[in-house]
Amino acid sequence: MSWIGTIWDSLPLILQLGIKIGFIVGPLIIAVAYYTLAERKVIAYMHVRVGPNRVGPRGLLQPIADVLKLMFKEMIIPSKSDKYLFLIAPVLAVTPAFAAWAVIPFSGTLVLADIDAGLLYVLALTSMSVYGVIIAGWASNSKYAFLGAMRSAAQIVAYEIAMGFALVGVLMVAGSLNLNTIIQAQSGGLHQWFFLPLFPLFLVYLISGVAETNRAPFDVSEGESEIVAGFHVDYSGMGFAAFFLAEYANMLMISALTVILFLGGWNPPFDFPPFIWLPGVFWFLAKLSLVAFLFLWFRATFPRYRYDQIMRLGWKVFIPVTLIWIAVIGVFKFFTPFGVIFS
Amino acid sequence: MPLLSILFYLFATVLVVSAAMVVTIRNPVKAALFLVLSFFSAACIWMTLEAEFLSIALVLVYVGAVMVLFLFVVMMLDVDIERMREGFARNMPVGALVAGIMVVEFVVVMMSDRFDSQSLPRPVGHGPDYSNTKELGLVLYTDYVFAFEVAGLILLVAIIAAIVLTMRRRPDTRYQSPSEQVKVSKSERLRIVSMPTEKRPEINK
Repeated sequence: MSWIGTIWDSLPLILQLGIKIGFIVGPLIIAVAYYTLAERKVIAYMHVRVGPNRVGPRGLLQPIADVLKLMFKEMIIPSKSDKYLFLIAPVLAVTPAFAAWAVIPFSGTLVLADIDAGLLYVLALTSMSVYGVIIAGWASNSKYAFLGAMRSAAQIVAYEIAMGFALVGVLMVAGSLNLNTIIQAQSGGLHQWFFLPLFPLFLVYLISGVAETNRAPFDVSEGESEIVAGFHVDYSGMGFAAFFLAEYANMLMISALTVILFLGGWNPPFDFPPFIWLPGVFWFLAKLSLVAFLFLWFRATFPRYRYDQIMRLGWKVFIPVTLIWIAVIGVFKFFTPFGVIFS
Repeated sequence: MPLLSILFYLFATVLVVSAAMVVTIRNPVKAALFLVLSFFSAACIWMTLEAEFLSIALVLVYVGAVMVLFLFVVMMLDVDIERMREGFARNMPVGALVAGIMVVEFVVVMMSDRFDSQSLPRPVGHGPDYSNTKELGLVLYTDYVFAFEVAGLILLVAIIAAIVLTMRRRPDTRYQSPSEQVKVSKSERLRIVSMPTEKRPEINK
């Protein structure tokens, strides 16, 4: 095996990074493709239907068929649209969704960029994902697309604040912005994971994550029964596929972050055999799948929120809850002997 | 040329070009988008200066929140370009004067000894263990804690003022109060009426 190491070391740094990025983005795209199949299957079973089962054994080749269909579809650009922005918008949606994965630690050592300000980096990139939606809505020059973009902008700005405050709670308890350090602070078993002392923030983060990715029950920016398909109503072919990819990559991203920040990352749930025999990547992906499953479950269960209800929930419920819990953490940690709960 | 210099010139070019586009492009939405791009390039330059906290805060606050609201407003406006260009000739001298004064000021400041390459120490590169976030926090909450608190207070006043200025309650607006909806009991909404059983009509005839 040593010759692989020699070849690897002789490669220039840019190429090494490129290969590493490929090893993250490639599986991510495949995961997104099969996440869409999982969504259709899970929701189908919850509706007592069968779901896609024609393409391949048990419908397993369905995502590939979908991708091929979208690739060979004609991409129509509306004549009154702003052509450049219309074509840039899907790119702007996909880029942050992929770039954020650079700092995600899949295990103690398996991380592309183990940077100190990892949490901030993720927060900054998720906040940029709104541009794809806004620009798409505006460039389409269609009232439905524009309405969808406006709804999305207001919603994302509202929920990002609650999300940011939930992260403040995590970093108060973990004492670091580095994602790997945050995970190490949760080692030692299920009872050490942050979702217990930070339970309100955990709920706020998860629900804000659903809102931030424009998923049901917060999918007013698509709202197919009200504004056709919202911001991407004019997109077809690869443009539509890019938005689709970005949405599901973001959902997986939020799931990964929930796992890292509240569910112990790659730590096993119990600190004794046989649980510690399994590698960290396994636990990380298992927990990620669990949270990703919640996204699908929500969609099959809840009716869409009304717009004013979304705003009320974001501004009047979540932000006060997170602020109060941050104060609780601070007071408990520094002024009472019960600070052990939050450390 | 080292990688860092290449990156600097790349981001600096993008920054200057997009900043120029902000003021020259006609479409206000595109101007706002170019402003986003120039913020982002500035953040990238800060990142190469090892100021990762400030850099990410710039992206988070300005790109992620402020400019989204900006775009929100600009997209709603129906800007008439022709009317905006009407006063160009009249306002031109004043604008040129202000611009000229600013250029002179910049030149005076930048030519002074203070910004001389001799008197400015060369920035020291730190190792990979250096955390700009931590350093900033240490200074901010110890040496400058008073200024920090004052800034926080000013922002709080601004928030309250903005809310007070924009909060107008129209008497005819109907609000939904979820707490009252939850408090509703069965006796308020449901009335059980007792009435005699209806006789089944004869249909066999």
